[in-house]
Amino acid sequence: MSDDYSLRGKVAVVGVGETTYYKHGQSADPEFVLVLKAILAACADAGLDPKDIDGFCSYSNDRNDPPRLANALGIPELRYSNMQWTSGGGGAAAAVQNAAGAIVAGSAEVVVAYRGLAQGQFGRFGRSGGSRPVSGAAAYTLPYGMMSAAQMYAMRTTRFMHEHGVGRDAMRSIAMACYHHAQNNPRAVMHGRTLDEETYDSSRWITEPYRLFDCCLENDGAAALILTRTDRAKDLAKPPALVLAAQQSGGHRSGATAENTTDYVTSSFKPAVKHLYKQAGVTAADVDVVQSYENFTGGVVMSLIEHGLCTYENADEVLTFDNLRADGGTLPLNTSGGNLAECYMHGLGLQVEAVRQIRGESSNQVANAKVALANAGPMVPVASTAIYGAEEVLG
Amino acid sequence: MSRVTNEPHLPGLRQPAPSNDGLDAPFWEGTRAHELRVQQCDSCGVHQWGPEWMCHQCNSMPPNWVTIDPVGQIYSWQRPHHPVHSALTDRGPYIIVLVELPHASNIRMVGNLLGDPMQQIEIGAPVSVVFEDREGDPDFTLVQWEVAKGH
Repeated sequence: MSDDYSLRGKVAVVGVGETTYYKHGQSADPEFVLVLKAILAACADAGLDPKDIDGFCSYSNDRNDPPRLANALGIPELRYSNMQWTSGGGGAAAAVQNAAGAIVAGSAEVVVAYRGLAQGQFGRFGRSGGSRPVSGAAAYTLPYGMMSAAQMYAMRTTRFMHEHGVGRDAMRSIAMACYHHAQNNPRAVMHGRTLDEETYDSSRWITEPYRLFDCCLENDGAAALILTRTDRAKDLAKPPALVLAAQQSGGHRSGATAENTTDYVTSSFKPAVKHLYKQAGVTAADVDVVQSYENFTGGVVMSLIEHGLCTYENADEVLTFDNLRADGGTLPLNTSGGNLAECYMHGLGLQVEAVRQIRGESSNQVANAKVALANAGPMVPVASTAIYGAEEVLG
Repeated sequence: MSRVTNEPHLPGLRQPAPSNDGLDAPFWEGTRAHELRVQQCDSCGVHQWGPEWMCHQCNSMPPNWVTIDPVGQIYSWQRPHHPVHSALTDRGPYIIVLVELPHASNIRMVGNLLGDPMQQIEIGAPVSVVFEDREGDPDFTLVQWEVAKGH
């Protein structure tokens, strides 16, 4: 098969944008307005007219549909609209993948990948309620008090720690690295709030084995990335971040209900990773900086292992706070503060941060970062993961 | 091998109802009869949970339903402390277990582990079913678990 059957380098992220990030329920703007503001910001960043957009990609059943967005923006031709099915934020890199695929296929030329959340307007993820009967898959868990996201994914971490004997120290280091990076990021909701070992260790249980600081935030806001052909990117405002690879990832029966996926102790990235590095033309050793989706820190440990960035045996030794820091670490992680400390924009902020690293614009810039990995949604039925690179990586 | 209780473990949460396409009606009818029923394919013999209209192994459809021994072993667990539903406010911690059933193709089932909510939990420990009969609209029965006697 020809190499032409690959995204590698053909499409670039040329603009990124986000709204102010708010604590959940604090946005005065409706969710749709947040999405519009993020798209306008991404267009301004790219030096593109919003009316140049001809495609939209999102995930997680985003409520702000492309026809309404195209109408509001006055877009002359809506050539492509796409929704990726997943649960949680597992589709953040998939939205980028689908945007890039549409451009390579000639389906559209300027595509926006976006996500918006206004939890005051629509309700929180971390609360459940109601008294109506529940049926289907939820009937096998909810009457037993298993209904929140933390509860959906806690038992994978318990089993992971049981099988491999690692994880607790790494989980604390991951949380501390996210908060550390948020201190240099003025966009971060946790800017100005530090986290040390004692605070982590004494924080309350949400559900064992997850403490408060193992769990992502819940926020209001929106984020957007603008993608176009790499040859067109050269004329735009910012250095392009090339999409070297992007993959979705669901294993055998990953969608089985009541925790019956065949391979239970997984972040869900095993199927994707072999395709990911091959498509990107790089190896794990070439990755300069990593944005790894933290719904819960335990999932990050598994994600980093499955991406080949450490092993089951050495996870606690490699995933230390010193190693995960942008300032001097060997494996800089979640350099914006991530879902734990910048904002939980369903992981799209992590894709944005990977682009900023390639441009040299991060608030925790890794020196000479040329290859940035950003994944989404560990432990969900379909996760996604992407690698971005500077132009020179293509050689 | 199993026992029955009328004591509600986590009252006030949403009650289960059979799915409107009838897929899991045999399961919920089984719990009312204090039997544990899951799918087993007539063609290839594999057990399946949660239910689906097709056998995931050989694609025969639909799989049959069988009654299995209501026992298993703890595969994983969690102990929620933070109440995410108003019915759990001031309830205190409780235990959710994921139970593996080696005699039924290693299917796994989710339930609560009854007994002391702060008990030490041993992965691999043998457990048996407690059918929790509940009043509702209509009445229903949950599948709970407790560590097997003598362990």
